[in-house]
Amino acid sequence: MSGVLAKFMTQIRFIAGALALAFVISVATPVSAQQPSSVNPTASSVKEQQLLQELNRIQGRVSIPDRKSDVLEQPAGREWRQWHQVTLRWIGGIAILGMLALLVVFYLVRGQVKLESGFSGRKIVRFNALERFVHWLTASCFVILAISGLNITFGKPLLLPLLGPSAFSTWSELTKYSHNFLSFPFTIGVVLIFLMWIGSNIPNGNDVEWFKRGGGIIGHDHPPAGHFNAGQKMIYWIVVLGGGASAVTGYLLLFPFYGTEIAGMQLSQIIHSVVAMLFIAAMLGHIYIGTIGMEGAFEAMGEGTVDVNWAKEHHRLWLEDELARGTSTAAERSAAAARPAE
Amino acid sequence: MARMKFLCDADRCIECNACVTACKNENDVPWGINRRRVVTINDGKPGERSVSMACMHCTDAPCASVCPVDCFYTTADAVVLHSKDLCIGCGYCFYACPFGAPQYPKVGNFGSRGKMDKCTFCAGGPEADGSKEEYEKYGANRLAEGKLPLCAEMCSTKSLLAGDGDVIAQIYKERVSKRGYGSGAWGWQTAYREAIAT
Repeated sequence: MSGVLAKFMTQIRFIAGALALAFVISVATPVSAQQPSSVNPTASSVKEQQLLQELNRIQGRVSIPDRKSDVLEQPAGREWRQWHQVTLRWIGGIAILGMLALLVVFYLVRGQVKLESGFSGRKIVRFNALERFVHWLTASCFVILAISGLNITFGKPLLLPLLGPSAFSTWSELTKYSHNFLSFPFTIGVVLIFLMWIGSNIPNGNDVEWFKRGGGIIGHDHPPAGHFNAGQKMIYWIVVLGGGASAVTGYLLLFPFYGTEIAGMQLSQIIHSVVAMLFIAAMLGHIYIGTIGMEGAFEAMGEGTVDVNWAKEHHRLWLEDELARGTSTAAERSAAAARPAE
Repeated sequence: MARMKFLCDADRCIECNACVTACKNENDVPWGINRRRVVTINDGKPGERSVSMACMHCTDAPCASVCPVDCFYTTADAVVLHSKDLCIGCGYCFYACPFGAPQYPKVGNFGSRGKMDKCTFCAGGPEADGSKEEYEKYGANRLAEGKLPLCAEMCSTKSLLAGDGDVIAQIYKERVSKRGYGSGAWGWQTAYREAIAT
């Protein structure tokens, strides 16, 4: 019985196998006949031009540990180059040279803002030791940061031909390190300035009037002002916002790939540099009015005291407040100011 | 003189990373730096492609243009090289480079960059050809020995071509016409402002 069944099964398998073979041949023959060289793998593959058009960058995956190298192409680098080599130099040049020219013209036309009532010889404390320390900490860092930053943008065309490649590189490396390290005390200074003077820098109605009357800089008016006038409030907000923006973008560049990738770094550099150029221009104006631009102004930050007549002319409301705060305090402050050394 | 270029035939690259390894070994590239890498696009999906990429030695190179200390120079073979003596490690060439070629060893505090390192087309640096100083700073100078970059020489599928731009473009064109397809020379439009018609 089992022998017959096995024979039958063998026959079935043979027939089934023959049928399957016939089927495979009948199906396969036309396919292989259709297959000369018309397969085009590129038709279904990723294409460079298409990828660039979609995102202007090509990113994939790398098997090496350095994952941030997975950006294959970022032609935006060429646009950033245009920004750095052309646009930024124009912005910086116009802002800084323009401001310098403006100040020279202004000085020649208007001259120094004189203390019209003359020096009284009586002094009042304007900035205490902490305030002056914070100001000069920030200011000295700012000057070095500005020079080292300008060196990156303008050093190659201006300084390199004078110093030669080797000396210029040594100088530039030094300025790079100063820029990196002094950013920390500068940032601390900006934060302290923000906290220390925020109370007297909130814009109010006096500021509108101050601007309307030319701030006493244009013309010889003396619009009333508190501890800080509208012009000084502008400087305050430029320092706080400009300094804040430079600090944030600067640290993104100082710590590459911690917070941003390449596109973010390009944007950070753009913001950092344009803010810095305008910041420098604004500070030139600040330095001017704090030194040769106004009689009796420098001593406020220099020694910390100002002449009472100076306070009366330029910060009348502040002087009134100080005096109203109590004769004892005012006297105390005058006494403190009269002491020869700090 | 020849105008040296790289060309990666993406239809042949199998992402074996032999070019990456060859480069690291030949040039004694320090830890954490890859002068060449293979990027796979659409990895694991139909139509994925791998491209081996390093410095493309661009025409009118953006890195050289933005360098604040002007440490780049172009050789007679149109290879873009730089001087590590002049480089200050500011990172600007990395912002400008369309191919992510410049690499910086991490030195000192926080993320501060050391002197930039990148593919030299196996052509060394400004020091005397084949000198010990040149090798220590930039790696091998195979071009001075009459050899082409090792990455392309070692490519197992001959996907990566290195040499005179006209010659390798011709090889690629013949390949494309013979096999009937080709996805083009990746990066050429960006680096050289010209593409190879396929």
